[in-house]
Formats: sequence, structure tokens, C-alpha cells
Amino acid sequence: MSRIDFDMAHLLAGLLVLISFLELYQDRLYALLNVYALHALTLAASVAWQAMVQDAPHLYVTATIALVFKAIVIPVALHRIIVRLGIHREIEKVVGVGSAMLAGMGLVALSMVVMLRVTYGADPLAREDLAFALSVVLLGLLMMVTRRNAVGQVVGFMSLENGLVLAATGAKGMPLVVEISVAFSILIAFIVIGIFLFRIRERFDTVDVQVLDHFRGERR
Amino acid sequence: MRFDALTGVLLIPAVAAALLAALPGYRLTARLNVAATALTLVCALSLFVRRPQPGAYLIVDDLNATFIMLTTFVGFSTSVFSLSYIGHELEVGRLTPPFVRFYHAMYQVLMFAMNLALVANNIGLMWVAIELATLTTVLMVGIYRTHEALEAAWKYFILGSVGIALALFGTILVYMAARPVVGEGLDAMVWTVLVRRAGEFDPALLDLAFVFLLLGYGTKVGLAPLHAWLPDAHAEGPTPISAVLSGLLLNVALYALLRFKMLLAANAGALAPGPLMVTLGLISLVFAAFMLYRRRDIKRLFAYSSIEHMGIITFAFGMGGPLANFAGLLHMTMHSLAKSAIFFAVGHVAQVKGTQRIADMGGLTETHPTLAWGLVLGVLAIAGLPPLGIFMSEFLVVSSTFARAPALAIVLVFGLLVGLAGLFLRLNSIAFGEPRGPSAKAEASYIPMFAHLVLVLAAGIYMPPALVAWFQNVAGLLG
Repeated sequence: MSRIDFDMAHLLAGLLVLISFLELYQDRLYALLNVYALHALTLAASVAWQAMVQDAPHLYVTATIALVFKAIVIPVALHRIIVRLGIHREIEKVVGVGSAMLAGMGLVALSMVVMLRVTYGADPLAREDLAFALSVVLLGLLMMVTRRNAVGQVVGFMSLENGLVLAATGAKGMPLVVEISVAFSILIAFIVIGIFLFRIRERFDTVDVQVLDHFRGERR
Repeated sequence: MRFDALTGVLLIPAVAAALLAALPGYRLTARLNVAATALTLVCALSLFVRRPQPGAYLIVDDLNATFIMLTTFVGFSTSVFSLSYIGHELEVGRLTPPFVRFYHAMYQVLMFAMNLALVANNIGLMWVAIELATLTTVLMVGIYRTHEALEAAWKYFILGSVGIALALFGTILVYMAARPVVGEGLDAMVWTVLVRRAGEFDPALLDLAFVFLLLGYGTKVGLAPLHAWLPDAHAEGPTPISAVLSGLLLNVALYALLRFKMLLAANAGALAPGPLMVTLGLISLVFAAFMLYRRRDIKRLFAYSSIEHMGIITFAFGMGGPLANFAGLLHMTMHSLAKSAIFFAVGHVAQVKGTQRIADMGGLTETHPTLAWGLVLGVLAIAGLPPLGIFMSEFLVVSSTFARAPALAIVLVFGLLVGLAGLFLRLNSIAFGEPRGPSAKAEASYIPMFAHLVLVLAAGIYMPPALVAWFQNVAGLLG
């Protein structure tokens, strides 16, 4: 593998982690969606690069899905849902920005320590890709637990999923990657349609998950 | 492609789903639903006689044949129960005809997804199938469109998706571990190849993969502390779905875990998966047993009981060894049968009472004797009283644990007793005493409920030697 192949892959994967951090401190829904679109765009570039480096044309399908579906369709759809349902534009967070960032750094350090130690024998590209991917996954999880807003949680889940696609494409020659990315796109489409069709806004008057908790099934 | 039983198990539900989505009319579709599940059951039975060779995508061996048998059987009896249950829901207007059509199509998609997850020889395919099963159950849980149902569906959706995502990361790590040994491409995801070569994999990668898989699929099994979705999903969806969730889908997720456990067991350097499963199992058991006391909703009560029993089963498989595995398999079978029977009874009870609140129920043995005694028998079974089947399996779990780790056995017995007392306390106020609350005439089909209970009773009194030999054989496979 040539030097530039490795460096580009490294750069794009690192960018994904960085953009995950950007998502972590957004407090406006529109801004969050824009940053997410950037996240998906970077993922598309990274997957396309992997497709070229690994000489695996089927990965271009995954890259196209990431570009069209995740970077364009989903953010636009969510944008319209926010307008249509009149959701509050601010995101309420459970913890402050500072502590969320600190926790995020801790998680990235953790995934580096764990993955780099565990994959000692693997080839360096896959190894670092996996470490970055785990960071993105953990940051996505962190985003989901620190957001009270349902749309915010969905964005957290979607960036978590981007991390998984990064891992799957980084694992050289992994079969079923395209199928899995399609399956995930269906899952995400369901979530987005779910927000809209279930009319969480209409039913609960808010997409604030804390208010959803109020309806918890333990009847009194 | 040649038609064989394996294709049948997958093709029949898939075709039925398409048909049921297209056909109008409740009477016709509900009967078609029963017919399709019956046909699938016949196909599953024939897998015991003759089975195809394992391929790169599908496999049938003694282990999953047992699971498929259980899935198709409970799937069939639940569809019979659903016939009268959904008819009633349609009458009282809780469901409209388009939703009933949707419900039947989804029921078959769920059957397809569960069967596919069970016969998958490819760990990627297995993951996709479990995701599909999750999606269909999410849709069914939210089918009533009430506040509670939507919240339950949303919660299940988000937690289930996170679980599924973690499981995928684990799956990718397994592939990474296999790639240097097996080589790139499809083979490195085929379970039969993986388990044959697992000894040469990098143990550290396998360990990490198993942690993700345990957290991911463990969420779907409903192990505490990852269980938060389970009570809501059980309580708010239609009762046939609660029966299928508890009786089958939890088992399917556990089956996925067991396959990966076998993978780790084949590698000498990897960590022993047993202690992790034992710990999660015991936590689930004790936690759920205590949660039984303050339940006010009858379906939530039995949902917590499912967490308790999945804890026991996971514990038994975690202990490992021929005897504990045997006990785990038996307990899983008995729990599926008894718990779905209980949900059949609970579904009708909730319909005659018009509520799921335990406070509004009472004296059911006077007002609806057949239904109530069925429920009482079911609860006696699930609480583990002799001579019913669950007593047998719990006794085996406890005695095999006492022989190997007495300290764990004490915790186990403590959890079992707490759970038993909790169930009896609630049962007393539901079934006995002065009749309370509104009450309508029961138009129930008792056949599926009593068929399950008779099987549980029969297994407790006399197990045919052939069945014992079969379970021993499968227990041996699990290592």
C-alpha cells in the first residue's frame, strides 16, 4: 500500500471523529442537521476512497447511498419535519457542553487504547480505521444519551451508524457490506418516517423525550 | 432451486406475508394466517427427518432444528389464539380492518425473519434477519396508536437499534479476527467455517467482539440492565405479539449469542464467555424478581417474569457443561410454552375486563372459571411448582449449580423464591377473592392455552426417552 492511500484514509477517518465532536456541542437543530450532513459527506468520501484503494467496486454503492441518502435526503426530510411539526429549535441537553466534550475525549482515548492494543497483528490501515470507527460509534452513543430531544437522538444514532459503516468498509473484503448499509438505511428511513407518521409532535406536543416518559405505561 | 423443507420454512411465511398484505377481509386472512403457520410447522417437522447440507448462507443442524421447531409450534398456536383475539379487537373497534390486514402481514414477516435468523449460517445474514424481526415487532407494538403504545414503540425502536448497532460492530470484529486465518471474502463470515478454524483466531479480537455481541444481542434478550424496552413493548402491543415476543423473539436473540459463545469456546486463548453470561443472568433474575412486587399492569407483570426467566436460561447456558445446558434448553422450551399460554389467558382476561389494571381484576375464578383456572395453572407452571415442567428444569439448574458453585446457587434460589412469592401475591388478587370491576362474557379459544399447559404438565411428569436423548445431544453440541 502506498503512502498516500494510507494518509488519505487516515485523514478522512480522523475528520469523521472531529465532526462527531462538532455534533456534540451543537445546540440548534438546524445547525446539528448541517453538521450531520457534513458527517455523511465525509463518510461518503472515505468509503469511496476505500473502494478505490481496495479495488472493490461494490463499495461505491455504499458510498453513493451515504452521499445521496444520508447527506442529502435525510437532512432535508428532517429539516422539513422540524418546520412542519413546529419542533423547538433548541436542543435541550442533559449535561453541559464542557462535560460532554470531556466525556467524548475520554471515550476516544478509550477506543484508541482498546483497539490499538487488541488489533496488534492486523494491518495498520484496518487497525486505525477500526479505532476511529469505534470512537465515532461511542461518540454517537454519547450524543444519544446527552440529548433530550428525539430528533437530536436520531442524529446521534445516525452518526453512530456512520461509524459502523466506516468499520465495515475498513475491514478489507468484508462481504455483505452493501446489504448491511442498505438494511441500515431502511432502519433510518423507518425512524424518520416514524417521527413523522407517529406525529410525536402532535400526540405528545413535544419531541422532548422527558415528556414522553411522562406517559410511561405503568398505569396508576 | 429444488424445493426442500428448509426453503419451505422461509418461503411459506414470505409468500403468506405478501398474500395477506394483498387480501382484504378479516375472516379469510386470519384463517390464511393460521394455515400458513401450520404449513411452516409441517416443514419444520420434516427437518427432523431429512435436512439439506449446510451452505454458505443457510444451515440446519440439531441445535437450530430445536429452535425452529419451538418457533414454528408457538407461532402456529399463537396464530390460532390471535384468530379470536383479533376478532374481538375488531368488534370493539380498537383495530380497524386496514390495521388488521397490516397486522397479519407483519405476523408472517416476523415468522420469516425469526426463521431466517435461526437458519442463517452467515453471521451477517443472521444480523440482518434479527434487525428485520426487530423492525416488524416495533411496528406491531405501536399498532394501537395510543400515547402509551407509541412511546413503547419508540423506546423499543431506539434501544433495539442501539443493541443492533453494537451487535453489528461485534460481527465486524469477528470478521476482522477471521480474515487473517480464513482469508478475505464470504468464507470469513460463514459460521461453520469460523467455528472450525476459531482456534487460530486472535483471541484478543474475539474477546472484544464477544463483549459487543453480548451487549448488542443481550439487549434483545432483555437482560438487565439492558431490559428497559421490554416491559413497555409487552404491555402496549397486541397480546399475541406479547406472546411471540416473550416466547420466541427473546429465544432467537439468545440463540445468536449461543452461536458466538460456541465460537469463543473453540478458541483456547479467548476469555470464557460463561462468567459474563452467568453474571448478567443472575442480575436479571434477582432484579426482575423484585420488580414483580410493584406491578399494577397485568401484562407488565408477566413481562418482568420473562426477564426473570431469560436470566435463568442465560445463567444455565453460561454455566455450561452437559447438565446445565440440558437444563437451559429444557427451561427455554418450557418457558416459551408456559409464558405464551399465560399471555393467551391474559389477552382474554384483559378483553373481558376491558382493562389491564390488576386493581380492577379480582375473583376471576368465580366469573370466568375456565379462563381463570387456565391462568392459575400457567402461573403455577411459570413459578416453578411441581409437578410442572418448569419445576424440573429449574431443579436441574439449581442442582447442577450446587454441585459446581454453591455460592451462585444460593443467589439463584433466593431470586427464584422472591419471584415465586411476587407472582403468587399478584395472582391471588387477580384470580381469587370477591369479583371486582367490569366483566363481559368470554369468547375465548381455550385450545392453544390448554394445549401448551398440557405439554408443560406432561414434560414435568414424564419425559419420553427420545426427547431426553435429543436434548442431551444438543446440550453436548453447546459444550
